[in-house]
Amino acid sequence: MDFAFTDEHEELRQTVRRFLEGKSDEQAVRSLMATDSGYSEEVWTQMAEQMALQAMVVPEAHGGAGFGPVELSIVTEEMGRSLLCAPYLSTAVFAVNALVQAGSDEAQGEILPAIAAGQSVATVALVDAGKGWEVEEVSTKAEADGGAWRLTGNKSYVLDGHIADVILVAARTDDGIGLFRVEPGADNLKRELTPTLDTTRKLASIELSGTQATRVDKGGDQTAALSRAVALTTIALAAEQVGGAQMCLELSTEFAKTRMQFGRAIGSFQAIKHRCADMLVEVEFAKSAAYYAAFRASESDDDNEILAAAAIAKSYCSEAYFDITNATIQVHGGMGFTWEHPAHLYFKRAKSSAALFGDPLEHRERLADHLGL
Amino acid sequence: MANVEMSEEELRERTRKLLQEVNPDEVDQYTFRGKQWDHGLAMVHFPEGLGGLGLNPKMQAIVNDELRQGAKTFYEDLNVNPIGIGMGAPVVLTYGTDEMKKTLIKRIFTGEDIWCQLFSEPGAGSDVAGLSSRAVRDGDDWVVNGQKVWTTLAHISKWGMLVSRTNPDLPKHKGMSYFLLDMEAPGVDVRPLYQITGEAEFNEVFLNDVRIPNEYMLGEEGDGWKVAITTLMNERTALGGGSGRKGGGPIGILQSLWKSNADKHSKTAKAVLRDQITQLYIKGELLRLTSQRARAAAKSGNPGPEGSVGKLAQAELYKKIWECGLEVLGPEALVYEPGYELRRPEAEERRDSLTYAKYQFLRSRANSIEGGTSEIMRNILGERVLGLPGEPRVDKDVAWKDVPRGG
Repeated sequence: MDFAFTDEHEELRQTVRRFLEGKSDEQAVRSLMATDSGYSEEVWTQMAEQMALQAMVVPEAHGGAGFGPVELSIVTEEMGRSLLCAPYLSTAVFAVNALVQAGSDEAQGEILPAIAAGQSVATVALVDAGKGWEVEEVSTKAEADGGAWRLTGNKSYVLDGHIADVILVAARTDDGIGLFRVEPGADNLKRELTPTLDTTRKLASIELSGTQATRVDKGGDQTAALSRAVALTTIALAAEQVGGAQMCLELSTEFAKTRMQFGRAIGSFQAIKHRCADMLVEVEFAKSAAYYAAFRASESDDDNEILAAAAIAKSYCSEAYFDITNATIQVHGGMGFTWEHPAHLYFKRAKSSAALFGDPLEHRERLADHLGL
Repeated sequence: MANVEMSEEELRERTRKLLQEVNPDEVDQYTFRGKQWDHGLAMVHFPEGLGGLGLNPKMQAIVNDELRQGAKTFYEDLNVNPIGIGMGAPVVLTYGTDEMKKTLIKRIFTGEDIWCQLFSEPGAGSDVAGLSSRAVRDGDDWVVNGQKVWTTLAHISKWGMLVSRTNPDLPKHKGMSYFLLDMEAPGVDVRPLYQITGEAEFNEVFLNDVRIPNEYMLGEEGDGWKVAITTLMNERTALGGGSGRKGGGPIGILQSLWKSNADKHSKTAKAVLRDQITQLYIKGELLRLTSQRARAAAKSGNPGPEGSVGKLAQAELYKKIWECGLEVLGPEALVYEPGYELRRPEAEERRDSLTYAKYQFLRSRANSIEGGTSEIMRNILGERVLGLPGEPRVDKDVAWKDVPRGG
């Protein structure tokens, strides 16, 4: 493992950063987080047409760029830095990974080109009400009904589930977990926006009561394939956390250099300086965790190894990000507690992204099992 | 210095020739390393005639590789004479007279003369430049008085690298000079420094009217800080950065302690400890990966902050790992097998993972102090990496003698 970022990677990072600085500044974030849809269709289209960002990990055969976890992580890291409000994690990361890992060729051919072109918002409804993020925990029932299927269950924390036009649902059949597609206009489908701690990322609940669905997987039990898709999504999310953490370190450092109290910049006091130094250590460790996981996932076929790297990345980056945003509020003093300062936006994003796709304790438990502790 | 062209194969061939001439398994350390020196294979980046061949320092790895393959006995520089080879030889090469280069460097390499470094003082730890031992000129000699502390190997050293104040009227950084001190000179009194582990790894060195001939000053009068700073930097790099194997080192020992002690704990304690160990494992992995990332960045000529966090992170992590180790041991932590009778470091403490964990629990307290305290490291990260302003200084542009100091 030599963390071999290339010049092309660096160029990708700079291009995405410039784009987001223009399209997702603080003002844009604040206005979009106040809407129900939570994104700008105009910017979503530009992301696809100018940058092909939704196409990152879509296979070339389906109109995508055919990149892997390393390139995807560069993009999500930059999105985390700017707190981009867009259905990217749901559509271009989770749905694409789920379809690539578990989807039939036909379903991939049908859905992926539209995603890559920025013409679709897609999501995966995974978590059942009261359950966790492990694919084995899925309890929504899928029953065959002639050539079609009927789904019954309550899905929670569905990323952008209230606006998605492609709704993929993980449900339990008699022979394991399958991946299904529900039409947004189907009968007996209730979708509701969830009021969220972090309003920059929208979640919905989805109620399925014998709702008609199409099976879109390769056939047979999809537990392993969907678990891999969850791990790859988790790795991209860890990179998003790194981007936010780095931004908060920069905000705090800049503030500590310019805020004067007792006749000195507060950053000259060791109490503040040392907190910033600890943040720096956490950011660097978080980068190592997220980058390692991305490189591992692009080089290895071993599911256990990818899951372990994802567990390290998600548990460490979640806690580091939270700690750093917490410190960011503290370093900014009273200012950091106001609505008008962006510190709380990152703080809320940190806590909510820690709870998404398994919290740090769950991931450590999985890692402990893997290590035989 | 690296001006002589030599291919890897030529260098290997030269090393094999040395091994044909003298077998390290059959002669003693001084003989073998003396021959290695004569062949220019001691420190290949040193000039010809002074143990080297004027090559790139990285090429030493080729020689060492060949030596390891060619014989059972291999002498690690770090075991032979860590301070002499790491700091003594370079400083003599840079600042010493031709006579010193000829007489001193070879004996450093063979280990015939062990070297130590006399910088820290009881009143000058993190603030080494505030040191107060005094050197006063008397004819052709300097007469030194004062006390040094934390001096590794002083009890077996022939030479010490001494920094002492020669002009208290100048600001602190400007009034020091650098000397080579013959540790056998009258007035040098070395005493073991009793540590919390029961060992004495270090010494206190008392200097009472010790006379040093003027030609043993390295650099000019007042250059002491400049000469010293180059050698200090080496120490910090050597202490930071945790590389090694996946799951190796302290965290590997903690894992094995857990395997043999987990069942001694209640269900709740087991769950809590298991998570603590997993957290430490993760940090251990990230320390390792961060230093890999630093190496990759250095190689690509684009080094960033990842290279600066290792010393701080490792010190704090290792302390936590050994604290957890004692938690894992439960009531067994009440026992300390080696006891506290004053002794020089010995293999005893490293006997088995159980004893080693208890020893390290105590020893690792020094990790966040030696080679730059964690507080100083945080200052460095804050000021040099993040660009935060320094503390207002009261000791910078005033004469050393006017700077407030404790007793």
